[in-house]
Amino acid sequence: MSKIVELINNFALLSLLAVGGGTAVLPEMKHDTVVRHHWVTDTQFAEIYSLGQLAPGPNMTCVALIGYEVSGLAGLLAVLVAFFFPACLLCYFVSQMWDAAEGSPWRAAVQKGMAPVVIGLMLAGCYALGKTASYNPVRDWEFNLLTLGIGAAVAVVLSVTRINPALTILAGGIAGYFLLG
Amino acid sequence: MNKVATRVSLGRIFRVFALIGVTSFGGGIVAYLRRSLVEKEKWLDAEEFMAALEISQTLPGLNSTNMSVIVGRKLRGAAGATVAVLGMTLPGAIIVTGLGFAYVALRHDPKVALVLTGVAAAAVGLLVQVTLKIGWKNLLRPKDLIFVVLVFVLVGILHISLVATLVTVAPLAIWLNRPGTGEERA
Repeated sequence: MSKIVELINNFALLSLLAVGGGTAVLPEMKHDTVVRHHWVTDTQFAEIYSLGQLAPGPNMTCVALIGYEVSGLAGLLAVLVAFFFPACLLCYFVSQMWDAAEGSPWRAAVQKGMAPVVIGLMLAGCYALGKTASYNPVRDWEFNLLTLGIGAAVAVVLSVTRINPALTILAGGIAGYFLLG
Repeated sequence: MNKVATRVSLGRIFRVFALIGVTSFGGGIVAYLRRSLVEKEKWLDAEEFMAALEISQTLPGLNSTNMSVIVGRKLRGAAGATVAVLGMTLPGAIIVTGLGFAYVALRHDPKVALVLTGVAAAAVGLLVQVTLKIGWKNLLRPKDLIFVVLVFVLVGILHISLVATLVTVAPLAIWLNRPGTGEERA
């Protein structure tokens, strides 16, 4: 039971810190779940995040699987509610006030000021995931070259085409099966 | 949203958001929202959509669920917001749960582990691409780049808590863009 409470506390806080979307809390979430609480390993965290890219809808619903790893179905439901509900509630009330602030020059200041902060957080998210998913120090250099290559190929393909991103993730899985073995 | 002449039923709101939730992939959810809410259902015009998106991006939480809250609220108040969020998140949550069961059962299979390694490597590529697509303008502007690097180092490298980082860095970043600095855009 205490684990469920810990899960709820942790993900409710992350929910309210997710400025600019779920990706912004990835580094903090990884640190909390892997280093602080040992709920999942480095590799599991990267894999769970990746599974989220294969499912439709908001890609952060995959956080539920961290709850599942810790406490089964109860953990799964607790994390889903804790991660989505606080931010939704905040949005419900603040969006009413925000409408009232229309035309205030501070609105533009908030948006302009927060944009680079969000990008910094997103880059930290890339780094947190990439540290195991793209470059894993326990693997040899050939293996790491391939995983880095898969990531680079996906980034290039998505930049120059309008292909469904889920397909590039699937292609990465197929490439992993045939190339990394 | 007073342009909505007739009262939209809660069931209709749920179905529309569930359809968006189940057909959108890989973070490109804004395009799906726009097509459905503005072009198909005409619940918002283009300007109202941009205003709602602006709020969604500034507030904490996922853009997609924040959009659901805002649009659901405008259509049918608290009940509308609730069914819109449920519609948006439930289909994906159910599918990800199914994937998760398969994952827990199969992840120690060495062949499956290779597939998952490839999938994770590809997901990093997707994340980098999305980050650069949203942020390349900030990376080219020195005043923004300082904050990008500062936040990256504090949170990504030094593991300073996100609360501490946001409480100190965000007000500074907003203050440097305060009204009258001539850099705010309308």
